[in-house]
Amino acid sequence: MDNNHFFFQHYGLSDRDLEHYLAAALSAGGDYADLYFEYLSSTSLGVDESMVKSASQGISAGCGIRVISGERTGYAYTDDLSSARILHAARTAALIAKGPAKTPSAGFQQKAARSLYPVTLPSVDAEITAKVELVMRADTAARAYDPRIKEVRASYADELRSILVVGSDGTFAEDSQPLARLNVSCIAKTEANSARGSSGGGGRVALDFFFGEKTPEYFAKEAARQSILQLDAREAPAGEMEVVLGPGWPGVLIHEAVGHGLEADFNRKQTSAFAGLIGKKVASEKCTVVDNGVMPWRRGSINVDDEGHATQETVLIEKGILKGYLSDKLSARLMGMADTGNGRRESYEHIPMPRMTNTYLLAGEDEPEDIIRSVKRGIYAVNFGGGQVDITNGKFVFSASEAYMIEDGHVTAPIRGATLIGNGPDALTRVSMVGNDLKLDEGVGTCGKDGQAVPVGVGMPTTKLDRLTVGGTAKRESGGFMQ
Amino acid sequence: MPETILETQTETDLKQLAQDIVQRAMRGGATAAECAIREGDEFSTLVRLGEVETLKESGSKSIGVRVFNGKRAASTHSSDFSPAGLDRMLSSALELAKITSEDPFAGIPEPSQLGSLSGDLDLYSSDVYSLPGEERISYARRAEKAALEADPRIKNSEGGSFDAATGHRILANSHGFVGEFRRSYCSVAAIPIAQDSNGGMQRDYWFSVARSLDRLESPEHVGKVAAQRTVRRLGARKVKTQQVPLIFDPLVANSILGHIFEGVNGDSVYRGASFLAGKLGQKIAAPQVTVIDDGTIVGGFGTSPFDGEGIPTRRTVVVENGVLKSYVLNIYTAKKLGLQTTGNASRGLAGTPGIGPGNYFLHPGARTPQQLIGDVKEGLYVTEFLGMGVNLVTGDYSRGASGIWISGGELTYPVEEITVAGNLKDMFLNISEIANDLEFRGSVASPTLRIDGLTVGGE
Repeated sequence: MDNNHFFFQHYGLSDRDLEHYLAAALSAGGDYADLYFEYLSSTSLGVDESMVKSASQGISAGCGIRVISGERTGYAYTDDLSSARILHAARTAALIAKGPAKTPSAGFQQKAARSLYPVTLPSVDAEITAKVELVMRADTAARAYDPRIKEVRASYADELRSILVVGSDGTFAEDSQPLARLNVSCIAKTEANSARGSSGGGGRVALDFFFGEKTPEYFAKEAARQSILQLDAREAPAGEMEVVLGPGWPGVLIHEAVGHGLEADFNRKQTSAFAGLIGKKVASEKCTVVDNGVMPWRRGSINVDDEGHATQETVLIEKGILKGYLSDKLSARLMGMADTGNGRRESYEHIPMPRMTNTYLLAGEDEPEDIIRSVKRGIYAVNFGGGQVDITNGKFVFSASEAYMIEDGHVTAPIRGATLIGNGPDALTRVSMVGNDLKLDEGVGTCGKDGQAVPVGVGMPTTKLDRLTVGGTAKRESGGFMQ
Repeated sequence: MPETILETQTETDLKQLAQDIVQRAMRGGATAAECAIREGDEFSTLVRLGEVETLKESGSKSIGVRVFNGKRAASTHSSDFSPAGLDRMLSSALELAKITSEDPFAGIPEPSQLGSLSGDLDLYSSDVYSLPGEERISYARRAEKAALEADPRIKNSEGGSFDAATGHRILANSHGFVGEFRRSYCSVAAIPIAQDSNGGMQRDYWFSVARSLDRLESPEHVGKVAAQRTVRRLGARKVKTQQVPLIFDPLVANSILGHIFEGVNGDSVYRGASFLAGKLGQKIAAPQVTVIDDGTIVGGFGTSPFDGEGIPTRRTVVVENGVLKSYVLNIYTAKKLGLQTTGNASRGLAGTPGIGPGNYFLHPGARTPQQLIGDVKEGLYVTEFLGMGVNLVTGDYSRGASGIWISGGELTYPVEEITVAGNLKDMFLNISEIANDLEFRGSVASPTLRIDGLTVGGE
């Protein structure tokens, strides 16, 4: 999308204003200061019991001002973009530094803009009936899937975030970041059982994505299929066993097991279980893991990060060897490493920090069928809810929402949802087969860190781990799984 | 605070503004309307290894409106208080309310239901900002220092922190209701990292939170407890997969108690999305389980004079001696179920009101946590959960956990990389003991509890 100087046009900002604000931010010294202007407009719609029960729109705008002095960060923000308020916030952020004023570099260098999501967005109101159509179609399709589908909720949400980042080093970056998603959840009921299922997807896409590539019917059928399947799920096994992860969403393993632990701030502070392991083997040689912020249309992609730095594809693990970290400006400077363009923040109210974009395990050479066939007894997990990691001791979990037993090389009965738990620095050393079917998730992932949520993508091909703890309930004598 | 950033509009101005917006919505064709305004200030600092790492200080304000066009509802919100910004917010809401469906149960409360608790609820103390900047930083520094000095194995830190915040909420609706309240809070925390001789690291934390500074625990105490909690995790190992009695410390017991709230949330109940739906009057938990939600406790973290729809908050017995006595409801879900609201409406600036707890707690028992642990021959004392493997539709429960192994009634070695799994239906019925250590560190509080029959997944 071409950057039309949104804040210059709508708020009368000029280069001179920006220099003035940066000078105020550096009025007590400091190494670096930046301004992050954000204007976010959002729409959401929800259908429930076949009625469009909710419709909402919102506007949020503000400016966050950061001053860095050594390892110290001062931060203040304002939701009033008047000159007086921005100057007040700049002087508040400046309190972090104690010294003579510094002068920001004169003039700004606008970098050549990338265009990963060239969406033209007509006015919000013009499209509202089309958005209503999407959620209603999802409702109809889910109910039509099976008479046992009794409850359906579908929601559509989109936003357009316009940002401007300027820094005292001359950084000047603008971006318009669209983001849309459609979610469907169902409950299936019989006299004996109830079960839920959910599905959704999207990305930095325009509305037509949901009328062409991924329709409401596609997501609705998937949610309905999962809930019907779960009606007959049996108890999940408990204990260590072979685990095969399907392609796509199960990539949340990569996000939790290694992704967070490789964010540079944790490694700079030596608080990550991965600290000091660069050049060391942290995964089997079949594993190459990348974080890729430049995939067109993807939910985790951004043209520039929230510090104005261009995003890139970064190799984290290459053939099992730890190659690098994900950095923001502060960590890059303090660690003497390159800025990988991973400085992200939830909004103008938040301090940026190293975050993932789209993080995935590259495809290997194994046929998915061969991977399943190689397992005598284990589980095959294809859909996940979410996960969490303790980056210091490395322990991570992710919760399967759709999984099956594998018995004698065949996928058999569906099992109830179960949490899988492992240890980040050695989980990937147990990867023994990697499929040739790399897939990314459908585009609904949101990652939380220090209370800040940002959209991300995950992915992986069909992958076999020789050993992982599965948190089911089945007793060994009765539960179909014996070690 | 140096000077308050947002003094452009006084309190009365904001109340007036909320009422004006409601009136303008009605003049614009709405059949009912509701306006919410929120403003707040926040301060936070993090000190790491003795040096200030971050200092953050700011204020913000936003407004939202919900309008009804007969039985159709829509809402909009904005951080732009300019006349043009407010116009746009209003007109968008009125437009949106033309495209939503007619929902026979949509609407705001009846006038007779509206109201606000009187008297001082002791929710606001300006002393959270009374410390000069250096003193606030010193709170954070002292907490971290106490943690670092408590044990030689504490080798690193994610820091000590001090936070303070105040919030001001205003709600007005077209039945003439207008109410407001202010709340304050401050907290001090420490997150130390311990390392053993093999290089293995563990992290844990402790904190104190209060509505006024003079009720905050000392930073030294917080740091010391944080260090103890961290060091005791060193050398943690896995255990075999087995079924043993589990003792849950209050912070993890909290989350289990929270699942009862989610399960009796009217929204899950009317759509049958909870295993507790339709269980009113039935036994859902062990006989010693009594669960209360009380939004009226003076000084409480979950206290407010009225809920998100302008209903006075109240005390609700949710579970009494194991029997489900009440769902937790807002106006919409109460109408759907043919019941009365329990004053549990929660709301953001936009969207339909949700349902949230007041001060929600499990009635304590008589014995100490040590006595509960002392009863267990072989079992696990659970101190942390990881992940969210909970399915309210089926009650299926499976979460990552860590804790300390109990042998012969004593805490022995730390345990990690295990799962705890079962079904909430059985778990509530199998709460065999509740300790006497009820303490509010937030709006939800549980004493230590014992649950039997869960599966520990490990080796």
